[in-house]
Amino acid sequence: MQQQIKKPLLEVKGLKKYFPIKGGVFGRTVGEVKAVDGLSFNVYEGEILGIVGESGCGKSTAGKAILRLIEPSEGSVRFEDEEITSLGAEEMRRLWRDMQIIFQDPYASLNPRHTVEKIIGEPLLIHGNTSKKERKDRIKQLLEVVGLNAYHASRYPHQFSGGQRQRIGIARALANNPKLIICDEPVSALDVSVQAQVLNLMEELRDEFNLTYVFIAHDLSVVKHISDRVGVMYLGRMVELTDKDELYDNPKHPYTQALLSAVPDPDPDIEKERIILKGDVPSPADPPSGCTFHTRCPVAMDICKQVKPDFLPIEDNHFVACHLYHEEQQNISNNNLVKEGAR
Amino acid sequence: MSEIVLEIKDLSTHFFTDRGEVPAIEQVSIRVHKGEVVGIVGESGCGKSVTSLSIMQLVPSPPGKIVSGEINFKGEDLAPASEKRMKKIRGNEISMIFQEPMTSLNPLFTIGNQMIEALRIHQKVSKKEAREKSIEMLKLVGIPRAESIIDEYPHQLSGGMRQRVMIAMSMSCNPELLIADEPTTALDVTIQAQILELMRKLNKEKDTAILLITHDLGVVADICDRVIVMYSGQVVEEGTKREVLKDPKHPYSKGLIRSIPKLHGREEKLYSIPGTVPKPKMDRIGCRFAPRCEFAFERCFKENPGLYPTGDGRSSRCFLYDKSEGDKKINAATNKEATIGG
Repeated sequence: MQQQIKKPLLEVKGLKKYFPIKGGVFGRTVGEVKAVDGLSFNVYEGEILGIVGESGCGKSTAGKAILRLIEPSEGSVRFEDEEITSLGAEEMRRLWRDMQIIFQDPYASLNPRHTVEKIIGEPLLIHGNTSKKERKDRIKQLLEVVGLNAYHASRYPHQFSGGQRQRIGIARALANNPKLIICDEPVSALDVSVQAQVLNLMEELRDEFNLTYVFIAHDLSVVKHISDRVGVMYLGRMVELTDKDELYDNPKHPYTQALLSAVPDPDPDIEKERIILKGDVPSPADPPSGCTFHTRCPVAMDICKQVKPDFLPIEDNHFVACHLYHEEQQNISNNNLVKEGAR
Repeated sequence: MSEIVLEIKDLSTHFFTDRGEVPAIEQVSIRVHKGEVVGIVGESGCGKSVTSLSIMQLVPSPPGKIVSGEINFKGEDLAPASEKRMKKIRGNEISMIFQEPMTSLNPLFTIGNQMIEALRIHQKVSKKEAREKSIEMLKLVGIPRAESIIDEYPHQLSGGMRQRVMIAMSMSCNPELLIADEPTTALDVTIQAQILELMRKLNKEKDTAILLITHDLGVVADICDRVIVMYSGQVVEEGTKREVLKDPKHPYSKGLIRSIPKLHGREEKLYSIPGTVPKPKMDRIGCRFAPRCEFAFERCFKENPGLYPTGDGRSSRCFLYDKSEGDKKINAATNKEATIGG
């Protein structure tokens, strides 16, 4: 595969982000919300890695923790072979030229009091030693790249529609020619017809500027459309990660299977076996023992309640965290259980 | 066909704002039969929610006002009905569930309190009977430990659970018609699947007609019998689910369906409708969709299209289907589409 020849642009290993729960009279920490709990994956140069999951699975937190917009609790993030979790503030700022983010809500992520020129020009001002004239030209150029007009520069965000605002957000992210863009639900606030325009734009930009995306979304069809590889998250961990077609045609993890079967298809002729999961996603403040999915899993076994399954490859490029596919781990832990029982 | 529960005829609701009159919906006609699930689809601002609020007379007034049209519910016109009459109907004969279950439940009262209130207003039952009935309804919608949940507050429940409570509450008086305004939009797909399953079950068991407002064509394919497509305040197309989703007639429906990324099969580039939804204005001339339409011709910008029959009992608000234009136009359009690879 192409990706194996390429080297990873971003390597995430054992990333964790715990949020403290304060309580009691003195505001002591009484617990932790395990928003991201041991996340590992690689992103290769030029690819689009999709990350899907339901609300509360930690996908957005993961995106922000990778950029250190929120400080990760544990784990390693390597960008171009450089460990970034230990970098100082100034070095981090330099890195943000290469790593950018696009947010979900184009209404909330643009300052309503700034003109588009100021919004897009700010990253140029912070990072580049550019003259006023150069900045003006670059802003014009960026606006045209994302399908807006140069005369839009003097307008304010409220004068634009949702789709146009998201284009402004994209232009801002592109300002300093980044290598990696983390897209956090970039199209979920948009209507379908506008969503298609923005998705096409993002694909064109990827080809034109050789960008790498981490595309975080909850919509499985959108992720399928845009991604090269897709990872599925559940309660702060990745449960399955593989090539797009493999994941959608041949899902291995019971959660992926249920998730895919739950998506209503606009084609009325597609008859599918629907796996309806019982209950809700458990609270990340008190995740279930063993495999966190065992409380809703239709094929849960005894071992699932006790042992956390490792995230291991079962085929080339197909990683799954499920005991169904990891017999070795099962055997080892069975032995351990026997030993424990013997004691 | 079985009897008609709801028949809306030429309903127009306008908003009278400081900047002038804004038509939110214009001449909308919808029919819902007994036990039928009808979907209204469209993008934001197309008037689908205003339609549902108008039926219940819940459009905030001022500024909103139903300016013309009839809302026939079991032979009675609700458009001129008094507030007193509407109170009898809301929650009893027609009930409604909304997108955000947290804002539609009162956080200060227990689930039981709110359910019992609805029952006691509409039906002559004692408190004890109302409580028993409420527990029964909660069990029906699949809420575990209904006996204790009934004494809990909305914030103690998850989003999916709250939507179940809303459905239980709306179904407790056995309404003839349930209006569901984006009932699953705020929910995750696995929870959405549960709620759709529940709505389908209630529709089958109780024969309740459902008017489902959604932007998600997947949800339509899942649960609806018939579909109405709205664009910029007007109905542009109507037909059975299969007809509209598999063989859309109006260029807007065609574009909308093609711009959804597919879960099955592969595609290289996503089709997208150019431009954006226009803002509603008074006395607009020409087809609302014409500026974004790839089949638009001169007449589309000069006259307002009516709903023309497309030949199989369906209709489409598009001049392509006007007989006086002849078959040439339709053929030209279908050919064009074929070359694009529709």
